[in-house]
Amino acid sequence: MSKVVFDRPHALSDVPLHYCPGCTHGIVHRLVAQTIDELGIEDKTIGIAPVGCSVFAYNYFECDMIQAAHGRAPAVATGVKRSLPDKVVFTYQGDGDLAAIGTAESVHIAARVENITIIFINNAIYGMTGGQMAPTSLLGQVTTTSPYGRDPKIQGNPIRVCEMLATLDGTAYAERVAVDTVQHVNATKKAIKKAFQMQLEGKGFSIVEVISSCPVQWGKTPVEALEWIRTDMIPHYPLGVYKDITANS
Amino acid sequence: MAKVLMKGNEAVAEAAIRSGCRHYFGYPITPQTEIAEYMAKRMPKVGGLCLQAESEISAINMVMGAASAGVRAMTSSSSPGISLKCEGISYIAGCDLPCLILNVQRGGPGLGGIQPAQSDYWQATKAMGHGDLHLIVLAPSSVQEMASLANKAFDLADKYRMPAMLLADGALGQMMEPVDLDGIKAPEAVCKPWATCGHDGKRKKNITNSLYINPDDLEKTVIERFARYETVKANEIMYEEYLTEDADIVVVAYGITARICRSAVAMARAQGVKVGLFRPITLWPYPYEALGRLADTASRFIVSELNMGQMIDDVKIAINCRRPVDFCGRTGGVLLTPEEILNAILGGKK
Repeated sequence: MSKVVFDRPHALSDVPLHYCPGCTHGIVHRLVAQTIDELGIEDKTIGIAPVGCSVFAYNYFECDMIQAAHGRAPAVATGVKRSLPDKVVFTYQGDGDLAAIGTAESVHIAARVENITIIFINNAIYGMTGGQMAPTSLLGQVTTTSPYGRDPKIQGNPIRVCEMLATLDGTAYAERVAVDTVQHVNATKKAIKKAFQMQLEGKGFSIVEVISSCPVQWGKTPVEALEWIRTDMIPHYPLGVYKDITANS
Repeated sequence: MAKVLMKGNEAVAEAAIRSGCRHYFGYPITPQTEIAEYMAKRMPKVGGLCLQAESEISAINMVMGAASAGVRAMTSSSSPGISLKCEGISYIAGCDLPCLILNVQRGGPGLGGIQPAQSDYWQATKAMGHGDLHLIVLAPSSVQEMASLANKAFDLADKYRMPAMLLADGALGQMMEPVDLDGIKAPEAVCKPWATCGHDGKRKKNITNSLYINPDDLEKTVIERFARYETVKANEIMYEEYLTEDADIVVVAYGITARICRSAVAMARAQGVKVGLFRPITLWPYPYEALGRLADTASRFIVSELNMGQMIDDVKIAINCRRPVDFCGRTGGVLLTPEEILNAILGGKK
Protein backbone atom coordinates (compact mmCIF):
# COMPACT_ATOMS: atom_id res chain seq x y z
CA MET A 1 0.00 0.00 0.00
CA SER A 2 1.35 3.40 -0.93
CA LYS A 3 0.96 6.34 1.38
CA VAL A 4 1.10 10.06 0.49
CA VAL A 5 3.97 11.60 2.45
CA PHE A 6 4.33 14.86 0.56
CA ASP A 7 1.64 16.82 -1.26
CA ARG A 8 0.71 20.31 -2.32
CA PRO A 9 -1.02 22.13 0.53
CA HIS A 10 -4.67 22.89 -0.24
CA ALA A 11 -4.13 26.60 0.43
CA LEU A 12 -1.43 26.72 -2.28
CA SER A 13 -3.12 27.16 -5.66
CA ASP A 14 -2.44 24.50 -8.30
CA VAL A 15 -0.91 26.92 -10.82
CA PRO A 16 2.64 27.41 -12.10
CA LEU A 17 4.59 30.02 -10.12
CA HIS A 18 6.27 32.77 -12.16
CA TYR A 19 9.38 32.94 -9.97
CA CYS A 20 12.89 32.63 -11.44
CA PRO A 21 14.88 29.39 -11.12
CA GLY A 22 16.47 29.14 -7.68
CA CYS A 23 14.28 31.85 -6.14
CA THR A 24 13.12 31.00 -2.63
CA HIS A 25 9.72 32.73 -2.79
CA GLY A 26 8.19 29.37 -3.71
CA ILE A 27 9.49 27.79 -0.49
CA VAL A 28 8.01 30.56 1.63
CA HIS A 29 4.69 30.44 -0.26
CA ARG A 30 4.52 26.73 0.51
CA LEU A 31 5.29 27.28 4.20
CA VAL A 32 2.55 29.91 4.49
CA ALA A 33 0.07 27.62 2.72
CA GLN A 34 1.05 24.66 4.93
CA THR A 35 0.48 26.81 7.98
CA ILE A 36 -2.96 27.88 6.73
CA ASP A 37 -3.81 24.20 6.14
CA GLU A 38 -2.54 23.03 9.52
CA LEU A 39 -4.42 25.75 11.38
CA GLY A 40 -7.54 25.12 9.27
CA ILE A 41 -8.02 28.81 8.55
CA GLU A 42 -8.19 29.04 4.75
CA ASP A 43 -11.92 29.80 4.88
CA LYS A 44 -11.42 32.82 7.11
CA THR A 45 -8.10 34.17 5.89
CA ILE A 46 -7.56 37.25 3.73
CA GLY A 47 -4.07 37.75 2.28
CA ILE A 48 -2.63 41.00 0.94
CA ALA A 49 -0.17 40.85 -1.97
CA PRO A 50 2.43 43.60 -2.41
CA VAL A 51 4.08 45.21 -5.41
CA GLY A 52 7.34 43.50 -6.31
CA CYS A 53 8.27 39.96 -7.24
CA SER A 54 5.42 38.52 -5.17
CA VAL A 55 2.81 40.82 -6.75
CA PHE A 56 1.06 37.76 -8.19
CA ALA A 57 0.72 36.16 -4.75
CA TYR A 58 -3.04 36.71 -5.14
CA ASN A 59 -2.96 33.91 -7.72
CA TYR A 60 -1.03 31.52 -5.50
CA PHE A 61 -3.11 31.24 -2.32
CA GLU A 62 -6.59 29.74 -2.15
CA CYS A 63 -7.86 32.16 0.50
CA ASP A 64 -9.43 35.52 -0.45
CA MET A 65 -6.72 37.90 -1.66
CA ILE A 66 -6.21 41.63 -2.26
CA GLN A 67 -3.47 43.21 -4.34
CA ALA A 68 -2.30 46.44 -2.67
CA ALA A 69 -0.37 49.47 -3.92
CA HIS A 70 3.41 49.54 -3.41
CA GLY A 71 4.13 49.64 0.34
CA ARG A 72 0.49 50.02 1.36
CA ALA A 73 -0.31 46.40 2.22
CA PRO A 74 -0.25 47.05 6.00
CA ALA A 75 -2.81 49.87 5.59
CA VAL A 76 -5.05 47.73 3.38
CA ALA A 77 -4.68 44.86 5.86
CA THR A 78 -5.69 47.24 8.67
CA GLY A 79 -8.85 48.21 6.78
CA VAL A 80 -9.76 44.54 6.34
CA LYS A 81 -8.97 43.49 9.91
CA ARG A 82 -10.80 46.43 11.48
CA SER A 83 -13.85 45.53 9.39
CA LEU A 84 -13.59 41.78 10.03
CA PRO A 85 -11.82 41.37 13.39
CA ASP A 86 -12.57 37.65 13.58
CA LYS A 87 -10.81 36.87 10.31
CA VAL A 88 -7.12 36.10 9.82
CA VAL A 89 -5.23 38.75 7.84
CA PHE A 90 -1.68 38.55 6.55
CA THR A 91 0.49 40.55 4.19
CA TYR A 92 3.33 39.14 2.10
CA GLN A 93 5.86 41.87 1.29
CA GLY A 94 9.36 42.31 -0.06
CA ASP A 95 12.11 44.60 1.20
CA GLY A 96 11.47 47.51 -1.19
CA ASP A 97 7.76 47.37 -0.46
CA LEU A 98 8.04 47.08 3.32
CA ALA A 99 11.27 48.88 4.21
CA ALA A 100 11.42 51.70 1.62
CA ILE A 101 8.17 53.03 0.17
CA GLY A 102 6.03 51.43 2.88
CA THR A 103 8.15 52.23 5.93
CA ALA A 104 5.49 54.42 7.54
CA GLU A 105 2.81 51.78 7.02
CA SER A 106 5.10 49.06 8.45
CA VAL A 107 5.95 51.06 11.56
CA HIS A 108 2.40 52.15 12.29
CA ILE A 109 0.77 48.75 11.85
CA ALA A 110 2.93 47.72 14.80
CA ALA A 111 2.39 50.96 16.71
CA ARG A 112 -1.38 50.51 16.46
CA VAL A 113 -1.06 46.91 17.72
CA GLU A 114 -2.91 45.59 14.69
CA ASN A 115 -3.61 41.90 15.14
CA ILE A 116 -2.10 41.11 11.73
CA THR A 117 0.81 38.98 10.48
CA ILE A 118 3.45 40.18 8.02
CA ILE A 119 5.59 37.73 6.07
CA PHE A 120 8.58 39.84 5.04
CA ILE A 121 10.91 38.60 2.31
CA ASN A 122 14.37 40.19 2.58
CA ASN A 123 16.54 39.39 -0.42
CA ALA A 124 18.41 42.70 -0.44
CA ILE A 125 17.39 43.60 -3.99
CA TYR A 126 14.55 44.88 -6.16
CA GLY A 127 13.99 41.73 -8.19
CA MET A 128 10.92 42.55 -10.27
CA THR A 129 12.30 45.78 -11.74
CA GLY A 130 15.64 44.18 -12.58
CA GLY A 131 18.08 44.23 -9.69
CA GLN A 132 18.14 47.71 -8.19
CA MET A 133 19.42 48.59 -4.73
CA ALA A 134 17.03 47.82 -1.87
CA PRO A 135 16.85 49.46 1.57
CA THR A 136 18.31 46.17 2.83
CA SER A 137 21.10 45.85 0.23
CA LEU A 138 24.41 45.22 1.99
CA LEU A 139 27.31 47.67 2.06
CA GLY A 140 29.44 47.02 -1.00
CA GLN A 141 26.65 45.11 -2.74
CA VAL A 142 26.65 45.67 -6.49
CA THR A 143 23.23 46.36 -7.96
CA THR A 144 22.13 48.18 -11.13
CA THR A 145 21.66 51.40 -9.13
CA SER A 146 24.78 50.88 -6.99
CA PRO A 147 27.07 49.63 -9.78
CA TYR A 148 30.22 50.45 -7.79
CA GLY A 149 28.92 48.76 -4.66
CA ARG A 150 26.66 50.30 -2.00
CA ASP A 151 28.63 53.13 -0.44
CA PRO A 152 27.28 54.39 2.90
CA LYS A 153 28.48 57.91 2.05
CA ILE A 154 26.25 57.92 -1.03
CA GLN A 155 23.49 55.37 -0.51
CA GLY A 156 23.36 55.11 3.26
CA ASN A 157 23.12 51.97 5.35
CA PRO A 158 20.91 48.90 5.16
CA ILE A 159 17.87 48.78 7.47
CA ARG A 160 17.43 45.97 10.00
CA VAL A 161 13.66 45.65 10.09
CA CYS A 162 13.15 43.12 12.90
CA GLU A 163 15.42 45.07 15.25
CA MET A 164 13.57 48.30 14.40
CA LEU A 165 10.05 46.92 14.80
CA ALA A 166 10.99 45.03 17.98
CA THR A 167 11.43 48.41 19.70
CA LEU A 168 7.71 49.13 19.31
CA ASP A 169 5.40 48.18 22.15
CA GLY A 170 2.74 46.89 19.74
CA THR A 171 4.99 44.24 18.22
CA ALA A 172 4.08 40.91 19.81
CA TYR A 173 6.41 38.73 17.82
CA ALA A 174 9.35 39.46 15.51
CA GLU A 175 11.65 36.73 14.29
CA ARG A 176 14.25 36.62 11.52
CA VAL A 177 14.71 33.31 9.76
CA ALA A 178 16.28 32.11 6.51
CA VAL A 179 15.57 29.51 3.83
CA ASP A 180 19.10 28.55 2.81
CA THR A 181 19.21 25.13 4.49
CA VAL A 182 16.73 22.41 5.41
CA GLN A 183 17.16 23.23 9.10
CA HIS A 184 16.50 26.90 8.44
CA VAL A 185 13.46 26.09 6.28
CA ASN A 186 12.04 24.03 9.15
CA ALA A 187 12.71 26.91 11.55
CA THR A 188 10.98 29.29 9.11
CA LYS A 189 7.92 27.04 9.05
CA LYS A 190 7.85 27.06 12.84
CA ALA A 191 8.14 30.86 12.97
CA ILE A 192 5.38 31.42 10.39
CA LYS A 193 3.06 29.08 12.24
CA LYS A 194 3.80 30.80 15.53
CA ALA A 195 3.07 34.22 14.00
CA PHE A 196 -0.33 33.07 12.71
CA GLN A 197 -1.09 31.37 16.01
CA MET A 198 -0.36 34.56 17.90
CA GLN A 199 -2.80 36.39 15.64
CA LEU A 200 -5.44 33.72 16.30
CA GLU A 201 -4.85 34.26 20.02
CA GLY A 202 -5.22 38.03 19.60
CA LYS A 203 -1.71 38.79 20.82
CA GLY A 204 -1.06 41.67 18.44
CA PHE A 205 1.27 42.40 15.57
CA SER A 206 3.59 39.64 14.34
CA ILE A 207 6.30 39.70 11.68
CA VAL A 208 8.53 36.98 10.27
CA GLU A 209 11.48 38.26 8.26
CA VAL A 210 12.74 35.63 5.86
CA ILE A 211 16.27 36.03 4.47
CA SER A 212 15.81 34.84 0.91
CA SER A 213 17.89 34.44 -2.22
CA CYS A 214 17.65 36.13 -5.60
CA PRO A 215 20.16 34.24 -7.77
CA VAL A 216 19.24 36.02 -11.03
CA GLN A 217 19.60 39.58 -9.75
CA TRP A 218 22.54 38.71 -7.49
CA GLY A 219 24.32 37.26 -10.55
CA LYS A 220 24.89 33.92 -8.89
CA THR A 221 23.88 30.31 -9.38
CA PRO A 222 21.14 29.11 -7.01
CA VAL A 223 23.74 27.22 -4.94
CA GLU A 224 26.09 30.22 -4.80
CA ALA A 225 23.15 32.39 -3.79
CA LEU A 226 22.32 30.15 -0.83
CA GLU A 227 25.99 30.27 0.14
CA TRP A 228 25.94 34.10 -0.04
CA ILE A 229 23.04 34.10 2.42
CA ARG A 230 25.34 32.32 4.90
CA THR A 231 28.53 34.27 4.18
CA ASP A 232 27.15 37.77 3.75
CA MET A 233 23.45 38.17 4.56
CA ILE A 234 23.15 36.37 7.90
CA PRO A 235 26.24 38.05 9.42
CA HIS A 236 24.55 41.41 8.80
CA TYR A 237 21.05 40.15 9.55
CA PRO A 238 21.48 37.73 12.49
CA LEU A 239 18.76 35.12 12.75
CA GLY A 240 16.72 34.85 15.90
CA VAL A 241 13.73 36.02 17.89
CA TYR A 242 13.80 39.78 18.42
CA LYS A 243 10.51 40.05 20.26
CA ASP A 244 8.14 37.51 21.73
CA ILE A 245 5.69 38.71 24.35
CA THR A 246 4.78 35.10 25.15
CA ALA A 247 8.37 34.01 25.83
CA ASN A 248 8.36 34.37 29.62
CA SER A 249 4.76 33.62 30.34
CA MET B 1 -38.95 66.67 10.70
CA ALA B 2 -36.95 68.30 13.47
CA LYS B 3 -34.19 70.46 12.10
CA VAL B 4 -30.89 70.79 13.91
CA LEU B 5 -28.26 73.47 13.55
CA MET B 6 -25.02 71.90 12.38
CA LYS B 7 -21.73 72.69 10.70
CA GLY B 8 -21.36 71.23 7.23
CA ASN B 9 -18.53 69.04 8.43
CA GLU B 10 -20.66 67.67 11.27
CA ALA B 11 -23.69 67.15 9.04
CA VAL B 12 -21.74 65.11 6.52
CA ALA B 13 -20.26 62.96 9.30
CA GLU B 14 -23.64 62.32 10.93
CA ALA B 15 -25.19 61.59 7.53
CA ALA B 16 -22.47 59.06 6.77
CA ILE B 17 -23.17 57.25 10.03
CA ARG B 18 -26.91 57.28 9.35
CA SER B 19 -26.15 55.91 5.88
CA GLY B 20 -24.64 52.84 7.50
CA CYS B 21 -20.98 53.84 7.43
CA ARG B 22 -19.20 52.36 10.45
CA HIS B 23 -15.64 52.69 9.20
CA TYR B 24 -14.05 56.12 8.93
CA PHE B 25 -10.32 56.55 8.28
CA GLY B 26 -8.89 60.05 8.43
CA TYR B 27 -6.01 62.37 9.03
CA PRO B 28 -6.26 65.93 10.37
CA ILE B 29 -6.17 68.80 7.90
CA THR B 30 -7.92 72.18 7.94
CA PRO B 31 -10.73 72.93 7.09
CA GLN B 32 -12.23 69.43 7.52
CA THR B 33 -10.83 68.25 10.85
CA GLU B 34 -14.26 68.51 12.54
CA ILE B 35 -15.26 65.42 10.55
CA ALA B 36 -12.60 63.26 12.21
CA GLU B 37 -13.45 64.82 15.59
CA TYR B 38 -17.16 64.15 15.13
CA MET B 39 -16.46 60.59 14.02
CA ALA B 40 -14.13 60.03 16.97
CA LYS B 41 -16.94 61.01 19.33
CA ARG B 42 -19.86 59.29 17.60
CA MET B 43 -18.47 56.09 16.08
CA PRO B 44 -17.75 54.32 19.39
CA LYS B 45 -21.36 55.05 20.45
CA VAL B 46 -22.78 53.26 17.41
CA GLY B 47 -20.34 50.34 17.34
CA GLY B 48 -18.27 51.92 14.60
CA LEU B 49 -14.64 52.80 14.08
CA CYS B 50 -12.90 56.13 13.65
CA LEU B 51 -9.24 55.45 12.98
CA GLN B 52 -6.66 58.21 12.66
CA ALA B 53 -4.09 56.96 10.18
CA GLU B 54 -0.41 57.94 10.00
CA SER B 55 -1.03 59.72 6.69
CA GLU B 56 -3.69 60.45 4.10
CA ILE B 57 -2.05 57.74 1.99
CA SER B 58 -2.56 55.17 4.70
CA ALA B 59 -6.13 56.36 5.36
CA ILE B 60 -7.25 55.83 1.76
CA ASN B 61 -5.61 52.39 1.70
CA MET B 62 -7.44 51.48 4.90
CA VAL B 63 -10.62 52.53 3.10
CA MET B 64 -9.62 50.21 0.26
CA GLY B 65 -9.20 47.29 2.66
CA ALA B 66 -12.49 47.99 4.41
CA ALA B 67 -14.36 48.46 1.12
CA SER B 68 -12.89 45.19 -0.16
CA ALA B 69 -14.03 43.52 3.06
CA GLY B 70 -17.54 44.61 2.10
CA VAL B 71 -18.38 47.43 4.51
CA ARG B 72 -19.35 51.04 3.84
CA ALA B 73 -16.14 53.01 4.36
CA MET B 74 -15.13 56.62 3.95
CA THR B 75 -12.32 59.09 4.31
CA SER B 76 -12.22 62.86 4.22
CA SER B 77 -9.53 65.42 3.63
CA SER B 78 -8.80 68.79 2.08
CA SER B 79 -6.97 69.60 -1.13
CA PRO B 80 -3.30 68.80 -0.28
CA GLY B 81 -4.43 65.62 1.47
CA ILE B 82 -6.59 64.60 -1.48
CA SER B 83 -3.52 64.81 -3.72
CA LEU B 84 -1.88 62.22 -1.43
CA LYS B 85 -4.93 59.99 -1.74
CA CYS B 86 -4.88 59.97 -5.55
CA GLU B 87 -2.77 56.81 -5.75
CA GLY B 88 -5.16 54.90 -3.52
CA ILE B 89 -8.21 56.27 -5.33
CA SER B 90 -6.80 55.00 -8.63
CA TYR B 91 -6.36 51.52 -7.11
CA ILE B 92 -9.88 51.63 -5.66
CA ALA B 93 -11.28 52.60 -9.08
CA GLY B 94 -9.19 49.87 -10.73
CA CYS B 95 -10.47 47.32 -8.21
CA ASP B 96 -14.13 48.40 -8.67
CA LEU B 97 -14.61 49.14 -4.98
CA PRO B 98 -17.31 51.43 -3.57
CA CYS B 99 -16.44 54.08 -1.00
CA LEU B 100 -16.94 57.74 -0.17
CA ILE B 101 -14.18 60.34 -0.35
CA LEU B 102 -14.90 63.87 0.83
CA ASN B 103 -12.83 66.84 -0.31
CA VAL B 104 -13.45 70.02 1.71
CA GLN B 105 -11.46 72.15 -0.72
CA ARG B 106 -9.03 74.89 0.23
CA GLY B 107 -6.81 77.11 -1.91
CA GLY B 108 -3.81 75.73 -3.79
CA PRO B 109 -1.45 74.78 -5.34
CA GLY B 110 1.02 73.44 -2.80
CA LEU B 111 0.15 74.10 0.78
CA GLY B 112 -1.90 76.98 -0.63
CA GLY B 113 -4.16 78.35 2.07
CA ILE B 114 -6.91 77.22 4.39
CA GLN B 115 -9.78 79.31 3.03
CA PRO B 116 -12.54 77.98 0.73
CA ALA B 117 -11.74 77.28 -2.92
CA GLN B 118 -12.93 75.19 -5.85
CA SER B 119 -9.58 74.73 -7.50
CA ASP B 120 -9.66 70.92 -7.38
CA TYR B 121 -12.42 70.70 -10.02
CA TRP B 122 -10.07 69.44 -12.70
CA GLN B 123 -8.52 66.93 -10.30
CA ALA B 124 -11.90 65.58 -9.17
CA THR B 125 -13.52 65.36 -12.59
CA LYS B 126 -10.62 64.71 -14.96
CA ALA B 127 -7.51 63.45 -13.19
CA MET B 128 -8.27 61.72 -9.91
CA GLY B 129 -5.21 59.46 -10.03
CA HIS B 130 -3.44 57.73 -12.90
CA GLY B 131 -5.20 55.70 -15.57
CA ASP B 132 -8.53 55.69 -17.40
CA LEU B 133 -10.98 56.22 -14.59
CA HIS B 134 -13.84 58.26 -13.21
CA LEU B 135 -15.34 58.91 -9.82
CA ILE B 136 -18.91 59.91 -9.25
CA VAL B 137 -18.49 63.53 -8.12
CA LEU B 138 -21.31 65.31 -6.28
CA ALA B 139 -21.17 69.02 -5.41
CA PRO B 140 -23.28 70.04 -2.41
CA SER B 141 -24.35 73.64 -2.13
CA SER B 142 -25.76 73.75 1.40
CA VAL B 143 -25.26 72.04 4.75
CA GLN B 144 -28.47 70.10 4.01
CA GLU B 145 -26.93 68.82 0.79
CA MET B 146 -23.68 67.94 2.57
CA ALA B 147 -25.86 65.43 4.42
CA SER B 148 -28.26 64.29 1.71
CA LEU B 149 -25.60 63.97 -1.00
CA ALA B 150 -23.31 62.00 1.33
CA ASN B 151 -26.16 59.52 1.62
CA LYS B 152 -26.72 59.57 -2.14
CA ALA B 153 -22.99 59.12 -2.80
CA PHE B 154 -22.83 55.94 -0.71
CA ASP B 155 -25.84 54.52 -2.57
CA LEU B 156 -24.38 55.35 -5.99
CA ALA B 157 -20.97 53.96 -5.02
CA ASP B 158 -22.55 50.65 -4.01
CA LYS B 159 -24.88 50.59 -7.02
CA TYR B 160 -22.11 51.04 -9.57
CA ARG B 161 -19.17 49.58 -7.59
CA MET B 162 -17.08 52.70 -7.92
CA PRO B 163 -15.68 55.38 -5.63
CA ALA B 164 -17.79 58.50 -5.11
CA MET B 165 -16.52 61.90 -4.11
CA LEU B 166 -18.29 64.73 -2.37
CA LEU B 167 -16.60 67.88 -3.65
CA ALA B 168 -17.28 70.53 -1.01
CA ASP B 169 -15.27 73.53 0.13
CA GLY B 170 -14.13 75.21 3.31
CA ALA B 171 -17.20 77.46 3.44
CA LEU B 172 -19.66 74.56 3.29
CA GLY B 173 -17.59 72.63 5.82
CA GLN B 174 -17.42 75.45 8.34
CA MET B 175 -20.78 77.20 8.05
CA MET B 176 -23.79 76.31 10.18
CA GLU B 177 -27.32 75.82 8.84
CA PRO B 178 -30.44 73.98 9.93
CA VAL B 179 -30.42 70.39 8.68
CA ASP B 180 -33.12 67.76 8.50
CA LEU B 181 -31.49 64.35 8.90
CA ASP B 182 -34.70 62.33 9.26
CA GLY B 183 -34.72 61.09 5.67
CA ILE B 184 -31.16 59.84 5.77
CA LYS B 185 -31.17 56.10 6.26
CA ALA B 186 -28.98 53.08 5.65
CA PRO B 187 -30.17 50.72 2.90
CA GLU B 188 -31.22 47.16 3.52
CA ALA B 189 -28.15 44.90 3.53
CA VAL B 190 -26.28 45.43 0.26
CA CYS B 191 -25.25 42.15 -1.38
CA LYS B 192 -21.52 42.15 -2.12
CA PRO B 193 -20.68 38.66 -3.42
CA TRP B 194 -17.30 39.97 -4.61
CA ALA B 195 -16.11 41.01 -1.12
CA THR B 196 -12.87 39.53 0.23
CA CYS B 197 -14.27 38.53 3.61
CA GLY B 198 -13.11 34.91 3.78
CA HIS B 199 -14.64 32.28 1.49
CA ASP B 200 -16.00 30.29 4.43
CA GLY B 201 -15.58 27.10 2.39
CA LYS B 202 -18.69 28.03 0.41
CA ARG B 203 -17.30 29.62 -2.73
CA LYS B 204 -14.12 30.01 -4.74
CA LYS B 205 -11.74 32.65 -3.50
CA ASN B 206 -12.42 36.30 -4.29
CA ILE B 207 -9.59 38.51 -5.52
CA THR B 208 -9.48 42.30 -5.33
CA ASN B 209 -6.98 43.37 -7.96
CA SER B 210 -6.18 46.08 -10.48
CA LEU B 211 -3.22 44.35 -12.19
CA TYR B 212 -3.65 42.91 -15.69
CA ILE B 213 -0.22 42.13 -17.09
CA ASN B 214 -1.66 41.24 -20.51
CA PRO B 215 -2.61 44.47 -22.36
CA ASP B 216 -5.62 42.83 -24.01
CA ASP B 217 -7.00 41.82 -20.62
CA LEU B 218 -6.46 45.30 -19.19
CA GLU B 219 -8.07 46.96 -22.19
CA LYS B 220 -11.08 44.64 -21.93
CA THR B 221 -11.48 45.43 -18.23
CA VAL B 222 -11.25 49.17 -18.79
CA ILE B 223 -13.74 49.04 -21.67
CA GLU B 224 -16.19 47.08 -19.51
CA ARG B 225 -15.75 49.67 -16.75
CA PHE B 226 -16.41 52.49 -19.19
CA ALA B 227 -19.59 50.76 -20.33
CA ARG B 228 -20.69 50.95 -16.69
CA TYR B 229 -19.77 54.64 -16.68
CA GLU B 230 -22.19 55.10 -19.61
CA THR B 231 -24.98 53.65 -17.45
CA VAL B 232 -24.11 56.16 -14.73
CA LYS B 233 -24.30 58.97 -17.30
CA ALA B 234 -27.67 57.75 -18.54
CA ASN B 235 -29.27 57.45 -15.09
CA GLU B 236 -27.63 59.63 -12.49
CA ILE B 237 -27.10 63.17 -13.80
CA MET B 238 -28.39 65.79 -11.37
CA TYR B 239 -28.67 69.56 -11.75
CA GLU B 240 -30.84 72.44 -10.63
CA GLU B 241 -32.19 75.32 -12.68
CA TYR B 242 -33.30 78.69 -11.30
CA LEU B 243 -35.15 81.16 -13.54
CA THR B 244 -33.62 79.71 -16.72
CA GLU B 245 -36.88 79.34 -18.71
CA ASP B 246 -36.82 82.82 -20.23
CA ALA B 247 -33.16 83.55 -19.47
CA ASP B 248 -31.12 85.48 -21.99
CA ILE B 249 -28.06 85.12 -19.76
CA VAL B 250 -27.26 81.89 -17.92
CA VAL B 251 -24.91 81.82 -14.96
CA VAL B 252 -23.35 78.39 -14.40
CA ALA B 253 -22.00 77.64 -10.93
CA TYR B 254 -21.82 74.78 -8.41
CA GLY B 255 -21.27 74.38 -4.69
CA ILE B 256 -20.98 77.44 -2.47
CA THR B 257 -20.55 79.69 -5.53
CA ALA B 258 -24.01 78.73 -6.78
CA ARG B 259 -25.45 80.13 -3.54
CA ILE B 260 -23.77 83.47 -4.14
CA CYS B 261 -24.79 83.45 -7.80
CA ARG B 262 -28.40 82.87 -6.85
CA SER B 263 -28.37 86.14 -4.89
CA ALA B 264 -26.77 87.92 -7.83
CA VAL B 265 -29.39 86.51 -10.23
CA ALA B 266 -32.19 87.76 -7.96
CA MET B 267 -30.55 91.19 -7.80
CA ALA B 268 -30.26 91.33 -11.61
CA ARG B 269 -33.87 90.17 -12.05
CA ALA B 270 -34.94 93.06 -9.80
CA GLN B 271 -33.28 95.33 -12.37
CA GLY B 272 -35.22 93.65 -15.18
CA VAL B 273 -32.37 91.53 -16.55
CA LYS B 274 -33.46 88.13 -17.88
CA VAL B 275 -30.87 85.96 -16.17
CA GLY B 276 -31.00 82.47 -14.72
CA LEU B 277 -28.77 80.03 -12.86
CA PHE B 278 -27.79 76.52 -13.90
CA ARG B 279 -26.27 74.48 -11.06
CA PRO B 280 -24.66 71.11 -11.83
CA ILE B 281 -25.02 68.79 -8.82
CA THR B 282 -23.22 65.88 -10.43
CA LEU B 283 -19.87 67.21 -11.70
CA TRP B 284 -19.20 63.73 -13.05
CA PRO B 285 -21.26 62.75 -14.87
CA TYR B 286 -21.64 66.35 -16.07
CA PRO B 287 -25.05 67.58 -17.27
CA TYR B 288 -23.81 68.44 -20.76
CA GLU B 289 -27.14 67.88 -22.54
CA ALA B 290 -29.36 69.84 -20.16
CA LEU B 291 -26.94 72.76 -20.17
CA GLY B 292 -26.50 72.54 -23.94
CA ARG B 293 -30.24 72.95 -24.48
CA LEU B 294 -30.11 76.36 -22.78
CA ALA B 295 -27.90 77.63 -25.62
CA ASP B 296 -30.98 77.36 -27.90
CA THR B 297 -32.53 80.33 -26.14
CA ALA B 298 -29.83 82.09 -24.11
CA SER B 299 -27.36 84.40 -25.83
CA ARG B 300 -24.62 84.49 -23.24
CA PHE B 301 -23.17 82.31 -20.48
CA ILE B 302 -21.19 83.25 -17.40
CA VAL B 303 -19.23 80.66 -15.47
CA SER B 304 -18.52 81.49 -11.86
CA GLU B 305 -16.03 79.49 -9.79
CA LEU B 306 -13.58 79.88 -6.93
CA ASN B 307 -10.62 79.16 -9.21
CA MET B 308 -8.99 80.52 -12.36
CA GLY B 309 -11.55 78.87 -14.63
CA GLN B 310 -11.81 75.09 -14.63
CA MET B 311 -15.47 74.09 -15.14
CA ILE B 312 -15.63 76.70 -17.92
CA ASP B 313 -14.18 74.08 -20.28
CA ASP B 314 -17.12 71.75 -19.62
CA VAL B 315 -19.60 74.59 -20.19
CA LYS B 316 -18.02 75.34 -23.57
CA ILE B 317 -18.25 71.66 -24.46
CA ALA B 318 -21.88 71.54 -23.28
CA ILE B 319 -22.98 74.43 -25.47
CA ASN B 320 -20.62 73.44 -28.27
CA CYS B 321 -19.14 76.98 -28.14
CA ARG B 322 -22.33 78.30 -29.75
CA ARG B 323 -22.49 81.32 -27.40
CA PRO B 324 -19.89 83.51 -25.72
CA VAL B 325 -18.82 82.23 -22.29
CA ASP B 326 -17.48 84.74 -19.77
CA PHE B 327 -15.75 83.89 -16.55
CA CYS B 328 -16.20 85.46 -13.13
CA GLY B 329 -14.04 83.94 -10.40
CA ARG B 330 -11.78 84.52 -7.45
CA THR B 331 -9.12 82.14 -6.24
CA GLY B 332 -6.66 81.49 -3.45
CA GLY B 333 -9.39 81.32 -0.82
CA VAL B 334 -11.10 84.61 -1.68
CA LEU B 335 -14.89 84.34 -1.86
CA LEU B 336 -16.96 86.02 -4.57
CA THR B 337 -19.51 88.68 -3.61
CA PRO B 338 -22.97 88.87 -5.19
CA GLU B 339 -22.01 92.35 -6.44
CA GLU B 340 -19.04 91.00 -8.38
CA ILE B 341 -21.27 88.44 -10.10
CA LEU B 342 -23.98 91.07 -10.67
CA ASN B 343 -21.35 93.23 -12.33
CA ALA B 344 -20.44 90.35 -14.63
CA ILE B 345 -24.12 89.82 -15.45
CA LEU B 346 -24.57 93.50 -16.24
CA GLY B 347 -21.74 93.33 -18.75
CA GLY B 348 -18.58 94.12 -16.86
CA LYS B 349 -16.05 91.32 -17.05
CA LYS B 350 -14.18 90.24 -13.99
